[in-house]
Amino acid sequence: MSVIGLYVPGTGPLHRIAAGPKLLALLVAGAALLIAAHLWAALGALAASLLLYPLVGLHPRRALGVLRALWPFLLAIGVFQTLFVGAWAEGARLCAQLAALVLLANAVTLTTRVREMLDLFERLARPLRHVGVNPDRVALVLALTIRSIPMVATAWHAAREGYRARGLSGRPHLLVVPVIVQLLRMADATGEALVARGIDEDTRVRTD
Amino acid sequence: MLRLEGVSHSYEGRAVLRDISLDLAEHRVGVIGANGSGKSTLARTLNGLVLPDRGRVSLGEWDTRRHAKHIRRRVGFVFSDAANQIIMPTVAEDVEIGLRALRLGRAETARRVDAVLERYGLADHRDHPGHLLSGGQKQLLALASVLVTEPEILVCDEPTTLLDLRNTRMVHRTLAGLDQRVVLFTHDLDLLTGFDRVLVMSEGRVAFDGLPADAVAFYTELMDSEPLEPGEPGPATAPRAGTGE
Repeated sequence: MSVIGLYVPGTGPLHRIAAGPKLLALLVAGAALLIAAHLWAALGALAASLLLYPLVGLHPRRALGVLRALWPFLLAIGVFQTLFVGAWAEGARLCAQLAALVLLANAVTLTTRVREMLDLFERLARPLRHVGVNPDRVALVLALTIRSIPMVATAWHAAREGYRARGLSGRPHLLVVPVIVQLLRMADATGEALVARGIDEDTRVRTD
Repeated sequence: MLRLEGVSHSYEGRAVLRDISLDLAEHRVGVIGANGSGKSTLARTLNGLVLPDRGRVSLGEWDTRRHAKHIRRRVGFVFSDAANQIIMPTVAEDVEIGLRALRLGRAETARRVDAVLERYGLADHRDHPGHLLSGGQKQLLALASVLVTEPEILVCDEPTTLLDLRNTRMVHRTLAGLDQRVVLFTHDLDLLTGFDRVLVMSEGRVAFDGLPADAVAFYTELMDSEPLEPGEPGPATAPRAGTGE
């Protein structure tokens, strides 16, 4: 299962706050962190983000999981800044900012039901109705995007197993085509399910 | 009553349904047939997922060509691979999204979701990711997601194909306990026990229409008579009517 996202049931303080205020707070924190552009502020934000997890009832391993997923990027940024720009402090600040922001965003995701998030995006997208955008469909696209993450993982694992079962190894690029084919099939079946469940009816209703 | 009148359909020039006319009014109707016999296409015509090239599929005064939206609200559809039917990240959210089009309001939506999760034993999994459920639970979730909209008729396209015996029995018990009318397309002949009527599909036509035992006997004979290899001879079978029509 992915270390980042999805909702974790709980009753902590962050769980009790609505999606809107949480996303707004995330936006403000992110903007403040970027505007401040200060090493110690970034390190402080990182420490605070790490402390936030146990304080709101999330297991610290979820925070460590995020850092584990991020470390190659952090390493690349740090190495680039130190070796090629000659600014290790800048590299440390960027890494701390990135890690703090991803940790905070993940905390919001873990404590907010996708349903709440979609309702919020639907409300935010309502003014776009005037330019022909359907808010329901915006929310649905977001939901399907989230849903497709495990689908991609499933398709990749299935293709890799089939590859290994035939005694093959290495050359992972050979898996790309079967994965894409599998994903297209899944997408087709999901589209059919959407229509069958009446979730995206407009495209299928015929009036002729 | 679901009615098919002269329904024909082709994919890329290959006829998959040939002039099918049926009235499906019974509480439990089964449809069996070999792979490629036209079962899945027939299933998809029943709620407008496939609009036939010729002929008409109707439910009461509505037909799938003009009133697909209304018919889909009354005719629920369950696919063989439940994983593809799961749209939302968590179990409860997936059940809930089917109710969005009905605009029921928060309280009624929550009541229906809770009731259906409880009924199908998914209440403890309500906040779990749907894709991490077992195969049987995924199929139950697919059923719950459709049944929460309270359709009159449930069309199931091979709902147990990917399930083991235990989960197959669980889905069987669930289907048997439904108040709704069910049209079940299946390869699992055991599921047809207690059905009112069973159709046997062959080469895009209804080759037999009658009681389950007679239909299964006909189907078995049909399968035994068909050549296993290209060119291998097998006795010809003529479509015939059973006791159902």
